[in-house]
Amino acid sequence: MEKGILLSAADIDFMVHGVFPYKLFGQTVWITTTHVCVLIVMLVIIGFCIAANRVIKRATEVPGTFQNIVELIVEMLDNMVGGVMGKYAVGFRNYIGTIFIFILLSNISGLFGLRPPTADYGVTFALGIMTFVTIHFNKFKHQKVKGVIQGLCDPWPIWAPINVIGDVAVPISLSLRLFANILSGVVMMALVYGLLSKIAIIWPAALHVYFDLFSGAIQTYVFCMLTMTYITDACTTE
Amino acid sequence: MEFNTNFILGCSAIGAGLAVIAGIGPGVGQGIAAGHAAAAVGRNPGAKSDVTSTMLLGQAVAETTGLYGLLIAMLLLFVKPLVP
Repeated sequence: MEKGILLSAADIDFMVHGVFPYKLFGQTVWITTTHVCVLIVMLVIIGFCIAANRVIKRATEVPGTFQNIVELIVEMLDNMVGGVMGKYAVGFRNYIGTIFIFILLSNISGLFGLRPPTADYGVTFALGIMTFVTIHFNKFKHQKVKGVIQGLCDPWPIWAPINVIGDVAVPISLSLRLFANILSGVVMMALVYGLLSKIAIIWPAALHVYFDLFSGAIQTYVFCMLTMTYITDACTTE
Repeated sequence: MEFNTNFILGCSAIGAGLAVIAGIGPGVGQGIAAGHAAAAVGRNPGAKSDVTSTMLLGQAVAETTGLYGLLIAMLLLFVKPLVP
């Protein structure tokens, strides 16, 4: 019964695998493929950042090719954040830009044969928790304790438990949306390569364009957009 | 009452199939959103990029309920929580 439900399940492989275990406080903890893929994505981003830093330090009046690309990326992210958050955008351009680049590269890393790190609930849940903490930190900072309590008892005080559930549901739905979208792409590609391996010659490229590039870019945009909307909502005082 | 493992696996497969029916709702909703977006672009072709980005954002949010169904199906098929 260990062969799984699908007929030739031996060929289909989309699970997270352990690479090597180690002991931590008496528990056995595994370093998995997700850690390795996150590390690779991080190395790519860090390498790009070092190169960009060196170019921008010696910036010229008429930009070269690489300087142009860097300026284009930064300008695009700044405009996106500024367009949504308005006057609150000042402190959040770094954060939103960072998670945008990280999620985008994670999602399209499926193109390069990695298992996308965002197809592991541990990664997306961490991103959701970061958004949750940012939202509530800003809520207490801008609306003060009185405003938060007022918002909690919005129509009547008896509504408070439902409002608490609504607050807790935000990071869960954010992270599950990203996770399930990328996971469905990973499963679909694994099924195509596992079950149709004899005839999967060139046409899976079209599926890669849809599942990795289009879906990944849309979900990145949606995650950042919702994060920005929630934070703007938390900053706004009546 | 004792149940055979194969019986539980078969019931899990049926449950997974039923859970994926949740995809009907987002399909209808995304279709309605796309139809209204097409109408909006027809009325005001200048606002095409704004309408498209708003439509994609709304559709991606509406997709969530269908994805919950997909997740339940995945859990039933691959994690097998009901098999003792």
